[in-house]
Amino acid sequence: MAAFIVRMGPLLVLWLAVFLSGTWAVDRGNFKTCDQSAFCKRQRALKPGQSPYRALLETLELTNTKLTLQLINDNNKVRLLLELYRLQGNMTRVKINELKPLKPRFEVPDVLINDPPTEPLSLLSQDENGVVLSLGADSQWLIVSAKPFRLDIMEGREVLLSLNSRGLLAFEHLRIRKDTQVDPEGAEKKEETDAANEPAEGETAKEDGMWEETFKSHTDNKPNGPSSISLDFSLPGVEHVYGIPEHADSLKLKTTDGGDPYRLFNLDVFQYELFNPMALYGAIPVMLSHSAQRTMGIFWLNAAETWVDISSNTAGKTVFGQMLDYVQGSSETPQTDVRWISESGIIDVFIMLGPTPTDVFSQYSSLTGTQAFPPLSALAYHQCRWNYNDQEDVAAVDQGFDEHDIPYDFIWLDIEHTDGKRYFTWDPHKFPQPKDMLQGLVDKRRKMVTIVDPHIKVDSSYKIHNEIRSKGFYVKNKDGGDYEGWCWPGNSGYPDFTNPEMRAWWASMFAYDQYEGSMENMYTWNDMNEPSVFNGPEVTMHKDALHGNWENRDLHNLYGLYVQMATAEGLIERSGGVERPFVLTRAFFAGSQRYGAVWTGDNTAEWEHLKISIPMCLSLGLVGVSFCGADVGGFFKSPSTELLVRWYQTGAYQPFFRAHAHLDTPRREPWLFGPENTALIREAVRQRYALLPYWYQLFYHAHHSGQPVMRPLWVEYPQDTATFSMDDQFLLGRDLLVHPVTEEGGRGVTAYLPGKGEVWFDVHTFQKHNGAQNLYIPVTISSIPVFQRGGSIIPRKARVRRSSSCMEHDPYTLFVALSPKRFAQGELYIDDGHTFNFDKQKQFIHRRLSFANKALSSRNLAPGSQFITPSWIEKIVILGASKPSKATLKTPDGKENLLEFEFDASMSVLTLRKPGVNAGVDWTVVLQ
Amino acid sequence: MSCALLLLLTSLALVMGTGTAVEIQRPRGVPQSKRQFYEENKPFTCLDGSSTIPFDQVNDDYCDCRDGSDEPGTAACPNGSFHCTNAGFRPAFIPSSRINDGICDCCDTTDEYNSGATCQNTCREMGRKERESLQIMAEITKEGFLLKQQLIHEAKRGQEDKQGKLTELQGSKKGLEGKMEALRTVKKTAEDPEKEAKERHLKSWEEQKELIRMEKDKTRMAEAFLELDDDADGYVSVAELQSHLELDPDSDGSLTETETQGLLGGAGKVDTSTFETVWSGIKDKYLSEVSTYVMKTYVIQSFPYPKGSPGSGRSNEVSIIRFENANVCTLLSASQSLICGPEFIWICRNLEKEIGFDFGPSAEFAYLYSQCYELSTSEYIYRLCPFNRVSQKPKFGGSETNLGLWGQWAGPEENLYSVMKYDHGQGCWQGPNRSTTVKLTCGKETVVTSTSEPSRCEYLMEFTTPAVCQEPASLDEVLHGHTEL
Repeated sequence: MAAFIVRMGPLLVLWLAVFLSGTWAVDRGNFKTCDQSAFCKRQRALKPGQSPYRALLETLELTNTKLTLQLINDNNKVRLLLELYRLQGNMTRVKINELKPLKPRFEVPDVLINDPPTEPLSLLSQDENGVVLSLGADSQWLIVSAKPFRLDIMEGREVLLSLNSRGLLAFEHLRIRKDTQVDPEGAEKKEETDAANEPAEGETAKEDGMWEETFKSHTDNKPNGPSSISLDFSLPGVEHVYGIPEHADSLKLKTTDGGDPYRLFNLDVFQYELFNPMALYGAIPVMLSHSAQRTMGIFWLNAAETWVDISSNTAGKTVFGQMLDYVQGSSETPQTDVRWISESGIIDVFIMLGPTPTDVFSQYSSLTGTQAFPPLSALAYHQCRWNYNDQEDVAAVDQGFDEHDIPYDFIWLDIEHTDGKRYFTWDPHKFPQPKDMLQGLVDKRRKMVTIVDPHIKVDSSYKIHNEIRSKGFYVKNKDGGDYEGWCWPGNSGYPDFTNPEMRAWWASMFAYDQYEGSMENMYTWNDMNEPSVFNGPEVTMHKDALHGNWENRDLHNLYGLYVQMATAEGLIERSGGVERPFVLTRAFFAGSQRYGAVWTGDNTAEWEHLKISIPMCLSLGLVGVSFCGADVGGFFKSPSTELLVRWYQTGAYQPFFRAHAHLDTPRREPWLFGPENTALIREAVRQRYALLPYWYQLFYHAHHSGQPVMRPLWVEYPQDTATFSMDDQFLLGRDLLVHPVTEEGGRGVTAYLPGKGEVWFDVHTFQKHNGAQNLYIPVTISSIPVFQRGGSIIPRKARVRRSSSCMEHDPYTLFVALSPKRFAQGELYIDDGHTFNFDKQKQFIHRRLSFANKALSSRNLAPGSQFITPSWIEKIVILGASKPSKATLKTPDGKENLLEFEFDASMSVLTLRKPGVNAGVDWTVVLQ
Repeated sequence: MSCALLLLLTSLALVMGTGTAVEIQRPRGVPQSKRQFYEENKPFTCLDGSSTIPFDQVNDDYCDCRDGSDEPGTAACPNGSFHCTNAGFRPAFIPSSRINDGICDCCDTTDEYNSGATCQNTCREMGRKERESLQIMAEITKEGFLLKQQLIHEAKRGQEDKQGKLTELQGSKKGLEGKMEALRTVKKTAEDPEKEAKERHLKSWEEQKELIRMEKDKTRMAEAFLELDDDADGYVSVAELQSHLELDPDSDGSLTETETQGLLGGAGKVDTSTFETVWSGIKDKYLSEVSTYVMKTYVIQSFPYPKGSPGSGRSNEVSIIRFENANVCTLLSASQSLICGPEFIWICRNLEKEIGFDFGPSAEFAYLYSQCYELSTSEYIYRLCPFNRVSQKPKFGGSETNLGLWGQWAGPEENLYSVMKYDHGQGCWQGPNRSTTVKLTCGKETVVTSTSEPSRCEYLMEFTTPAVCQEPASLDEVLHGHTEL
């Protein structure tokens, strides 16, 4: 659901009149440009040049864990404290704060999973110009230049990355507000100390929005005055940067010269536009850089409103110009410059030095944690709509799926299921017996998600509200009263999720005896958690609202993360710590991956929105959030049948697979578009279910090692420059390449199959294609192109049933796609699918499947683990095989059985009939 | 290994009756009709002919046939189907994927033979229930169908009647026109008014006329009260009166609660005695719910012609006219207003419209015309006025919403008269105009049984009426048409 649409009657009429006035697209005027955000405007007005900052080398202190050093702004004599850490796993942390701030500045808590372990730094040399430090491994150095202050990270003779090389370090120190009446003499004096980049205070300061800022009808009081920070990074040799979601933009980030910077500020944007840098629902301040030589990452740990400028010395050049440079041997190497600007807090930046994409993923996940391992069923298909009207409707939709033999695992209830938008309650007329309804789903081995938003109806007869109020858990306004704003229920309070006590209380509300009508098969959806405040500035919370001692300004982008954190904790607690939670969130921050899934918010039923779902989820995957999806079909408006079918086909191959629709759109359950389209959608959903073992295994890896599930091609082919800007196709893990059809009436696509010397097999036809080529593939409406990499083994379950739980004990079919060297490798991961026992008690099966020397074998990858499965190996399909004379199955008990097989010579497909061996044991099949 | 268990298990079905148990052997999941294709110990050929396999590969939990026919009793084939005998109920096919999925699908429990699910055999119970409900349905259909015949008969008469009335009205219009012409002539030539006689006559005429009028009016009032008092509680309430849009004082097309209350003299409801005063205020506009045209024509015909007036030997008209010229003028203008006035035209048009409606193949739906049926839910009162409109009114105050105006019959081709479509209702914000689909099912009574809004602003109404009852098949046929064995 969400964004703001009417059905609230008079409550919202005024709001609507002001904000919507019948238009049907984002109203950009509701959201700030950099020019309208005072600190961004101030900061962006600074141009590259000589930095006023100088390192005071005499203050240098080096301990086992860190180096500290004072910096001074020669214009205003304000001192900063620089802390440098060498972190384990090839990372460097740079922290800059005021040496003596008037009051503490906000440092982001709860995002790092621990205090990152350090490695010793050693001083290699020092003179009056600076110091050289060894970063330990791989002949890496860190050079601190004193005047102007600058940091360079080198590997050998190569500069990997420079900080403040363009002199854009700017740290607005906290100050006492001065009277606007300034005596002339004082003003003169001030001019001597305040330099060009330190705007004069007093009247001009007011104009600059340092102490107060008005946007539309909202005035932001800034009792702490200016507090913004900025730092620039130069990346020599880099032409491609990625990440910093959430934006509806291409995978490769664009330069921002002449336009607005990319903005990171969690906002509920009604009907967002595509291909622009406007802020959306979530913010992850992590950027990846990539070149054929190296992959690196910059993690800017700041939760305040943030803007990111990107410029490049090659971006403006034409292909001809680049050729000319090449022919003439132009000395200029490509370089990307990045600049981060945040409204408050400190500079705390993690430089992840790679060098491979895999390394960067490991590095980032060592800081913020990995993807939560979802219950297996959460990877299946979800059926949502704003709204399923009542219990009868839920039963009818459930029945519809069975009648049309389409599997699904979760049915979702949006806000209308509640009693007057009071979360944790049920509409007594529409859902009088929620447990009966849930039991009906249990009987079908299916599940439900209900929505629980963080805005709480101000209503003295509502228990949740009364408790939050009496415990003082609400966010406060600047005057100390409970902050109130308009949202779905009307006047609402916003619990202070930054408060750990509040979160503990919130989590306890999910206990079965607290959340009446809830059951084990009911999970949760957190929407509107930017937070969305219909009558707030930019449809969100006032920046001067207070979370304890901190302003929303300082931690705005963290709010959504905390909501999901507390909710996920609640679901874990209600099961006594046994069951894995499933929580979907719209707002997010770095670290949100630990708590569940994310979707791309309120998209639109248009082809371009289908297209953008690919780069949006790829961008999230690169920065830790693998469990990503877009509303299948599009939330706003009504999709054409063709678009809906194509969206199902695409969504079936994206991590979070949920159809959703706006309240005002016609119904669009899969069987409402005639038998032919029902069959097409059924087939798309079935493909998803058959592939669930592979999806589950990918998520196990994402959880285990932080590797993204859905990957851009360059992650696996980092030297192949042809892949660097590609975002119309993607990989799932290493082994599946998906090229969705996102053109209306599309008759064919040109897919790029990477890998010189590799081969790819069409999963629908088993046709083999060579790698490192652009391949035109004719398509029909029946499917989208999907390829399996030669050299891989993918487990599937061919018996698709009405829910993933029904398939739990079913046998596996192994698809072995041979490389040109007749080799293949894969894995099989099995556990109970829903508890933490895989982690706590090592109850799982993890096997290495490999094909080499005409033998396919299964060996244990996790000797310490144990789990018993009734599942067995039903069939083995070997692609790119030659015909054997016989096939023998050898099992650990020493038995040998001849297997029947079929060989399709035209496609070189060998099918081994019914090995029948248990999926958890060692076995080998030898072909002769 | 579980598949070993699945090898060609045969199911037993006992045919009761003679005391000799006959064992029918067939592979699991195969219907009797296909038994012949599964011959034990002979190679099995897939039913699509695509390949032939040894018989021990039938139901061995591995899919060999493209059409799934080798695994009728396991979940191995993605496109297979499993036959449940369901003795005592109806046999059924279920998709193979529902075999041993932990969910009981066949009432005889045969689909869950290896999943650990505990299923109860519910076939007998289901069979009993189905027979019961079929029996009830059959009875309803039977009675409903009889009612339908009556409706058809009445509709036919009504239709003829209306056609007659229309013709008559049109004829009387002509007649009146002729008379007017005559009156004009008379008026010209009439002289010598006998003032005294005229006055005397006029007085008695007026008195007589008033008496008749009062009598008629009283009858009409009583009829109206009974009509209006929908819930027969002896009171006419605001809600009951409110459907009479013709009473709208400001003629803005909607009769608000306040306006209605005004009509009731400020009261929420009135009894028969108070209704008298109310009646005087509304009678001129009031349109009967039952049979508007009858009332109206009755009034028209009975209006100005008292019998047995003075001046015997002459026709009434002439005698009156002879008394006073002015009276001729009155009559003239009265006649004129009758045949040219909006009321007359309205009546004629309505009659024409009604005659022109598609009331079904035998006009069996004609009786619904100008009727309204209500259903009260927790929040709203829904009102269906067939061939006119559907509306929704909040129970606890608020104005009525138009959910659609009569559109057309919208059932599937073979059963066009099973669905009514009402559209062009009040618009939705950023959405379509509201519309309502009315599904008609056979019932003895004419009732709205449920309403819902499956999609935003698209309403669904269930409506029972005898008019859709089909000629019932014999009960035996109904009961036995569905059972094998």
